[in-house]
Amino acid sequence: MTASATLAELLADLARILPKERFLTEAAQLAPYESDALTAFRARPCAVVLPQTSEEVVEIVRTCARHKVPFTARGSGTSLSGGSLPVEGGVVIGLNRLNRLLRLDPNERIAVVQPGHINLRVSDAAAPYGLYYAPDPSSQPVSTIGGNLAFNSGGAHCLKYGMTSNHVLGAKVVLPTGEVVELGGESLEGLGPDWLGLFVGSEGLMGIALEVTLRLLPKPEKYHTLLAAYDALEKAGDAVAAVVASGLLPGAMEIMDNLAIEAAEAAVHAGYPTAARALLIVELEGEAPQVEAEAEQLSRVIERSGPYEVRVARDAEERMKIWKGRKAAFSAVGRLSPDYIVQDGVVPRSKLGRALAEIERLSQEHGLRVANVFHAGDGNLHPLILYDGKVPGELERGERLAGEILRMCVRLGGTITGEHGVGMEKKEYMPEMFAEADLEAMRRIRRAVDPLELSNRGKMFPGGEAPAVTAHGAHPLEQAGVISRE
Amino acid sequence: MTLRPTTVQELQEAIPTQERWLPRGGGSKPALSTPRAGQAVLDMTGLRGVLEYDPGEFVLVAQAGTPLIEVEGLLAQHGQYLPFDPPFVEAGATLGGTVAAGLSGPLRQRYGGVRDFILGVKFVDGEGNLIKGGGKVVKNAAGFDLPKLMVGSLGRLGVLTEVAFKVFPFPKATVTLRVSLGSLEEAIQTLYALACSPFEFYTLDLEPSPARLILRVGGLGQALPLRIERILGFLGTSRAVERLEGEPERQYWREIGQLQWGAGHLVKVPITAKQISALEARLPMGERRYLSAGNLLYLRWPGEIAQLDQLLRSQGLSGLVLGGGEAAHLESPRIGVDCSQAFGHRVTQALDPLSRFAP
Ligand SMILES: Cc1cc2nc3c(=O)[nH]c(=O)nc-3n(C[C@H](O)[C@H](O)[C@H](O)COP(=O)(O)OP(=O)(O)OC[C@H]3O[C@@H](n4cnc5c(N)ncnc54)[C@H](O)[C@@H]3O)c2cc1C
Repeated sequence: MTASATLAELLADLARILPKERFLTEAAQLAPYESDALTAFRARPCAVVLPQTSEEVVEIVRTCARHKVPFTARGSGTSLSGGSLPVEGGVVIGLNRLNRLLRLDPNERIAVVQPGHINLRVSDAAAPYGLYYAPDPSSQPVSTIGGNLAFNSGGAHCLKYGMTSNHVLGAKVVLPTGEVVELGGESLEGLGPDWLGLFVGSEGLMGIALEVTLRLLPKPEKYHTLLAAYDALEKAGDAVAAVVASGLLPGAMEIMDNLAIEAAEAAVHAGYPTAARALLIVELEGEAPQVEAEAEQLSRVIERSGPYEVRVARDAEERMKIWKGRKAAFSAVGRLSPDYIVQDGVVPRSKLGRALAEIERLSQEHGLRVANVFHAGDGNLHPLILYDGKVPGELERGERLAGEILRMCVRLGGTITGEHGVGMEKKEYMPEMFAEADLEAMRRIRRAVDPLELSNRGKMFPGGEAPAVTAHGAHPLEQAGVISRE
Repeated sequence: MTLRPTTVQELQEAIPTQERWLPRGGGSKPALSTPRAGQAVLDMTGLRGVLEYDPGEFVLVAQAGTPLIEVEGLLAQHGQYLPFDPPFVEAGATLGGTVAAGLSGPLRQRYGGVRDFILGVKFVDGEGNLIKGGGKVVKNAAGFDLPKLMVGSLGRLGVLTEVAFKVFPFPKATVTLRVSLGSLEEAIQTLYALACSPFEFYTLDLEPSPARLILRVGGLGQALPLRIERILGFLGTSRAVERLEGEPERQYWREIGQLQWGAGHLVKVPITAKQISALEARLPMGERRYLSAGNLLYLRWPGEIAQLDQLLRSQGLSGLVLGGGEAAHLESPRIGVDCSQAFGHRVTQALDPLSRFAP
């Protein structure tokens, strides 16, 4: 049978599952799905399907399996690593319409949602009970629980409370073969092997989550938010290590460098000390008497770290202002430059100072500006490499610089990605972290679960064809000011 | 036959020489570490020792055969601990055995269980390949999460040789409150109220009869009196509350952590608080404890394990027999509802195609 005959049959079968308005095949309809937030990569799917029920998803997957056509699940398409980039000629399964909250049990502190449910909506639904959903990627106003689950997304609070994986208790999944399985359950405990643990973070390579059980936490009673300004980036990095060494466990520790401060200040007037070479934000949270006692200890540690100015938020409004600058920093930096690349490698916390000095050196060597805004508490860097795609050679230099930063992270004992995932973008760096035997074991698992490699084919593993790289740019939602990067 | 490898290479070379292997750590959970007919034993205590530990990093890397007691001793010198609170420390349990059995203790209430703290693993698969997954930093999203996969794997997917954990500072001061409640129902309602409150507990255990909640509060010493006062106010004045501090408190929790409760099988049952009443109505008197706001039951079962198997099934629960009684001669340590599914079969097949680690 010819390829086009197969394609026609696939499309005919899909058309039997979905009405026309939820089955897109026209070029103009497909265009918005050609890339995710990593706009450098584009690929044209043969169709985009928009199921409204789990049963439809299962039927679609079975149809793809029968026709041996690859498919990619898609939430809101905010992946920064090309995770939801379509497979050329494959099917995109858009899950945004499967967005219902199925159940919320405040006593048991769980919520069961469909995969297209938006992250922030979980906390909204839990708020009347004094509960919230902890993982807080800064894309949380738009990114979906399915996408968060597939990428084991993080946020600003990972050191203390972990990533998405630590907050997912169970999932109903359709495997790439079309079988439906239940992984995990409602209890915080399970009997292993921890199949759910393997599924979370598998970047869409092991099938599609149809229902997800999430754990909710009680909202902290009190926050204490401190802002410290330093005349050198290393001092801020070392301050983070000192806070941790003192036995404190803050909910969040974030650093911004000079370039990021200036940009954020220009964008939202957070009132930051603009002369600072680095700003450190530390936030304590918990029971009020405990937070007050910790705050005293924190002040002493910060004093010793040599800041030239320290501010403490006196009320909720001042706290929001401090965070507003931080949250806006990314998109604000984006305005300084037509294009930028964001990386999210991790280094051991004690090596933060060294890593930042090295990034500074690499930045000079490559002649490109790098802004740093990052989750310092867990060593998760977010270097933002600024370049102009219209200047010949700048993109390539930016890519090389990004690569060297990732290699440095691995060399310092860290990892190539803390939360954005490998996806399309970082797959060639996997061998920097893993030996051939490690990758082969992961491939074996992948092929056992998905013998035809249909589910999100071409991602995470090195090799295979990568689409051509073009200029990076802001996600349309960022341009519209709906979300900002962290 | 028993082999005690002292290098990873020796272990790798040994794998193909036998048809069926059972890895064993400290042997503190006999139902999981006693070989069945045809199984040769891999005694992992020869691969021991902490490999990396920088207290400022909150990360500890050790060989899988390292006894917990050694790890906890080292961490305690720097005011840190394993926040998932593994049991059987004094019985000689190892890090690898704890991960493979998937066991956590009372303190898991505060920050999570073993699955929430494992960062990296190295293991030898059914064909003798040494495989690494995860990393040594507290945040990592590269590659499949093999470290989590190994939690509770019972040696079925491979032999753990090295594990990396996130560790945390132990609270500077702690106090334990034992709160007596009129009935099980009242205890469960109080448990819900506390678990949904902003109070942060290091333990939130339930003893069903007589009904009691055991709360451990930790943090900076100067804040504790006020925090305790607020919790007591929340509970109301009518409750009998016993307070433990200092050495008696430590002693109390050390004993709980041993799970040494007389005769019968010792069984782990994952559960939720809403399932407790129905289960309790059918369980005979005996020693047991619900940990972490009703999410984890450790129970002593004095009778035939087949009866407990039936009982758990009727409640939609599964269990893992750890030891005691005739545990070593059970057909399988897994009882109750069978949760196996296609995903699990396929992944197992990928890592152990010749079923070398099958029971
Ligand atoms: C401005 C901005 C800020 C960001 N900030 C953060 C941050 O702070 N922390 C962070 O970790 N990430 C961040 N991200 C990255 C991104 O938002 C996350 O990776 C997010 O989880 C993706 O969700 P999504 O719904 O957009 O998923 P998509 O991009 O649509 O999909 C992501 C991956 O998940 C798979 N997938 C989607 N749904 C399912 C499902 N139901 N079952 C199986 N696989 C599925 C897809 O195939 C794809 O591989 C940011 C992105 C942007 C654009």
